[in-house]
Amino acid sequence: MGKKIDEDQVRKVAKLARLELCEQEVEDFAGQLSAIIGYVEKMNELDTEDVEPLAHCLPVSNVLREDIAGESLGTEAALANAPQWDGDFFKVPKILDGGGGA
Amino acid sequence: MEDLTAIELRERIARGEITSVAAVESVFSRIAGRDGAVGAYISTDRERAMARAAEVDRRIAAGEEVGFLGGVPVAVKDNMCTEWGATTCGSKILENFHSPYNATVVEKLIAADAIIVGKTNMDEFAMGSSTENSGLKRTVNPWDTCRVPGGSSGGSAAAVAAGFCYAALGSDTGGSIRQPASFCSVVGLKPTYGRVSRYGLVAYGSSLDQIGPLTRTVADAALVMDVIAGHDPADSTSVDEGIAGGCSYLEGIDKGVEKLRIGIVPGLTTGADESVQRAVEAALEVYKSVGAEIVEVEMPHSEYAIAAYYVIATAEASSNLARYDGVHYGYRSTGAEDYVEVYSKSRAEAFGQEVKRRIMLGTYALSSGYYDAYYLKALKVRNLIRGDFAVAFEKCDCIMMPVAPTTAFRIGEKINDPLTMYLSDVYTIAANLAGIPGMSIPCGFDHDNLPIGLQILGPTFSEGKLLRIGRMYEKETDWCRRRPSFAD
Repeated sequence: MGKKIDEDQVRKVAKLARLELCEQEVEDFAGQLSAIIGYVEKMNELDTEDVEPLAHCLPVSNVLREDIAGESLGTEAALANAPQWDGDFFKVPKILDGGGGA
Repeated sequence: MEDLTAIELRERIARGEITSVAAVESVFSRIAGRDGAVGAYISTDRERAMARAAEVDRRIAAGEEVGFLGGVPVAVKDNMCTEWGATTCGSKILENFHSPYNATVVEKLIAADAIIVGKTNMDEFAMGSSTENSGLKRTVNPWDTCRVPGGSSGGSAAAVAAGFCYAALGSDTGGSIRQPASFCSVVGLKPTYGRVSRYGLVAYGSSLDQIGPLTRTVADAALVMDVIAGHDPADSTSVDEGIAGGCSYLEGIDKGVEKLRIGIVPGLTTGADESVQRAVEAALEVYKSVGAEIVEVEMPHSEYAIAAYYVIATAEASSNLARYDGVHYGYRSTGAEDYVEVYSKSRAEAFGQEVKRRIMLGTYALSSGYYDAYYLKALKVRNLIRGDFAVAFEKCDCIMMPVAPTTAFRIGEKINDPLTMYLSDVYTIAANLAGIPGMSIPCGFDHDNLPIGLQILGPTFSEGKLLRIGRMYEKETDWCRRRPSFAD
């Protein structure tokens, strides 16, 4: 039986998830995810044609509050955990001029 | 002092018979002696705890009122933010993360004058059933140090069982409070979704996550619930008291439930160990002896719960964990050449295998072409499971079943087979999908002297009744007074 998720698909999903995987992980995940998805497909035994999807269990929706500004974290606290920063900004490698591409 | 419950301890502290400082000192001496072997805590802060305990003692000596948990040493799972120390979530990616604010539950513990002694170990981002997925350390079961404490709140369960605190908070996304409670012979309550604020709880599966207590007794769980439950404007999914029927859980805990109707699901437990089945049957006999009636109910869609859960939870996780980008906080790879590599290398280097696996699974389930087949399908199955409970609860006050099909398994036994590990959540997951409360209470031991838990599930916002039902059993038995011989 072929794998439900092959190694190319694993690489594609890893790219979407922004996870760099080594070749061993690609191989392992292809097998493991195939087994899990194979199990998950058990859901197809059920006819859910007329069933509404349930995203949330609570009888509450559109929770609003008064539009009044509260206190926010100051710049210093917001930057305190940043791996790199510069003045009032988070610092990342250059994005324009050939920086990786989306 | 070690054998006192949280309620007993707070009463003695309030009467001036024991000081909070003495209670905290004795907890820290047990931690110093035994936590090297157990590994329940990721971090402790003795100095801070002692200072707060001294303050509680001073106020009691001055005749001032103190809060519900006045002077009682407690622990918090390390996925709840504290503005002191680190909040690691058991992950290398947050190993040095210092939260700028306290989670609402932490604020509530402090307001109730609890003494927070430390932060407990957990499966990384609460993803796991054994605490073996912690990226930072290993926790073992105090009843048998070759075995897992359960997970993901394994550190909290082990800390309560080993006497390293008098109560702890855990979080439960698919059984992560109830299953470790069962494996370590403590009480664990997952409240109704929305009953306890999630503000400051590091998110895993946001529509499933709920914070709750792990304690030595049902009455202690009620006490902790009185402190942490309630509406929070900072969490739009927390429910106001009008819907939740807010009242004291501890008050009236001994009243029991008259004409109690207990639902059981025939055939559901055939896959469980015989010792587990026998212990649960014996617990039902105890309830019958105090006047309960057993009724059979059906859960026709329960066999699909794990499948739906692992799609929904991982889909939500893949979205929630997108925030770990190596930019705003947390670990950043030093080898990144451009901004995409900042994301992909930082995440690759600092996330553990189970977290990567779940991000991959969730990303796959949400990706173009698969969304309807997996994610949408799972949400529909979720509705069917909620419907099963709604029908069942027309015939009974609660449903009882095991918490887990086995007792604590050996360290390493399931770690290389993720699907088998997932299947061990078979009895706990449905409650999270349906948003209903569930409780684990100690109900015996197997032939290896490993604890067994009885699970009690109730309708939405019935935790007050669940606690009274659990208390009925606790008064008839003495399982909750048993301590691991390790602790002698």
